[in-house]
Amino acid sequence: MSEPVSPEALSTASSTRAERFRRERTRLGRRADTLFAGLTALAGLLVLIILAYMVLTTTNVALPVFRSQGLSFVTSATWRPADGQFGILAFVYGTLVTSAIALVIAVPLSLGVSLYLVEVAPRWLRGPVAYAVDLLAAVPSVVYGLWGVFVLLPLFLQPAAEFLSRTLGFIPIFAGPASGISYFGAGVVLAIMIVPIISSLSREVFRAVPVEDRHAAYALGATRWEMIRGAVLPRSRAGIVGATMLGLGRALGETIAVALLIGSRAEVGASILKPGYSIAALIANTFGEANPEGIRALVGAGVVLFAITIMINMAARMLVWRMVER
Amino acid sequence: MNENTISLEENITATERGSEGPAPAFGAPSVFTVRGLGVHYGGLPALRDVSLDVQPREITAIIGPSGCGKSTLIRCFNRMNDLIPGAEVSGEVLYHGEDIYAAGVDPVTVRRRIGMVFQRPNPFPKSVYDNVAFGARINGYKGDMDELVERSLRRAALWDEVKSKLRKSALALSGGQQQRLCIARAIAVEPDVILMDEPASALDPIATVRIEDLMQELKQEYSIVIVTHNMQQAARVSDRTAFLYTEVDEAAGQRWGILVEFGDTSDIFTRPRDKRTEDYVSGRFG
Repeated sequence: MSEPVSPEALSTASSTRAERFRRERTRLGRRADTLFAGLTALAGLLVLIILAYMVLTTTNVALPVFRSQGLSFVTSATWRPADGQFGILAFVYGTLVTSAIALVIAVPLSLGVSLYLVEVAPRWLRGPVAYAVDLLAAVPSVVYGLWGVFVLLPLFLQPAAEFLSRTLGFIPIFAGPASGISYFGAGVVLAIMIVPIISSLSREVFRAVPVEDRHAAYALGATRWEMIRGAVLPRSRAGIVGATMLGLGRALGETIAVALLIGSRAEVGASILKPGYSIAALIANTFGEANPEGIRALVGAGVVLFAITIMINMAARMLVWRMVER
Repeated sequence: MNENTISLEENITATERGSEGPAPAFGAPSVFTVRGLGVHYGGLPALRDVSLDVQPREITAIIGPSGCGKSTLIRCFNRMNDLIPGAEVSGEVLYHGEDIYAAGVDPVTVRRRIGMVFQRPNPFPKSVYDNVAFGARINGYKGDMDELVERSLRRAALWDEVKSKLRKSALALSGGQQQRLCIARAIAVEPDVILMDEPASALDPIATVRIEDLMQELKQEYSIVIVTHNMQQAARVSDRTAFLYTEVDEAAGQRWGILVEFGDTSDIFTRPRDKRTEDYVSGRFG
């Protein structure tokens, strides 16, 4: 096996073997490496630049409203653009409540789906079901919203809301009069929307648990459930939190489906069975007819939404760190 | 898998092997009686016609070159092969006279009586304490858990090293400590057999010596079956040795493990009856 050597290198009698190699590497390898490193660094930097630019410009647009409203921008629930009153508390509240409802429903469901697919389902069934779950993630959110309004609302949301207020109405969060068009209705549809992403990610997390861990549990006489609880779940905690956060991110920002189902009433109410409003839905619904100051307020609401997602993500990141440390 | 299904041929082989092997001590019936054991993975043979006996409070070593089915064999003793899709076991594995592959036998129950330690230390990502307590908890242990954890760790010769960090993660221990923790974890279930699948192969020489010393201690109370690719280890620690070897069918493109010789360890290493055993233990291959 002879090395490909350039003609010049061969003709230069004095050049040693080592020098030849160095020269070849200079010509081909090093330049390509530098180029590659530069391109990837640029891509990475671009993300940071776009992010910083977005934060600065949106905050800048919204600044007059932040100044005129002060802290009441986030602490007041009075939203009257005609009177120049912009309090987004009701929308913040609606965003958090619908997302919380979505998580409460979607996390157990998603973990169930992915545990079934990784640990229980017969091999031939795993691929098709996993594929079907992943397909759910590809359905556009407006389709979820319309399906929620025209199919799920009469079929399930309205009856379920009425049932909840009838049986658990004495608890304030389930107080009537119950409506399917509500925090609850929007939360349920959000849950369905985020199941695919949570279950698809937690599936990978569960699959990454080493087979040695599973065997260790089985060899101690664990049943399948005991093996999952003892070996799979402890290894997966950090990953499950990560999957949940990505689902939550989608739920917080979801616009159309929530706008169709939440009822668009700017109130902070205790009951989740009553109509409400969310930041994203507010922006989508009122952006078109807003006056210049209203537009600044809407952009400000967007900045707050962005801040909420960042804070929740940082909290989750800290939670994961603490888990890993233990 | 009951007696009716065992062919006459297999019965003869079993009898022959039985007479070849060392006679069981009086009043000490075998812990395991293996007769005509075979394993197929997805229809392909992996192990054929193995018959041997495991005696109580002895260390039985399984040796042989790579791919001869040592791990497959030891995994038959606690039905771990059930976890491998497509694995089929034929023949008999009697545990104190009871066929553990009989219909209606729950592998979970089998594994609660027969502990196992694996090649790579595999503690759970939990505290040292919770690792040891895991098996006892799922078995519904009612006694004093602290006492059981301490006793198990002492028996695994690990107590003094970890008593101050019982609540720390087991993953922070060294490899050798992790492996002894896995032994403590197996002991805490109070089995009467411990299976060890190359327990020292991922450890350094000092940790290996500690595991070997520990095995001699454990032998007082438990029957131990150990798979090892290290002949010196088998010679050092075991009372009896089974030598497996790979048979090849060139025409069919298949290979599987067979039991070549089973007997007292001193006989296997000093007076092997089979040429292949002699070649292997004298280091001519493998």
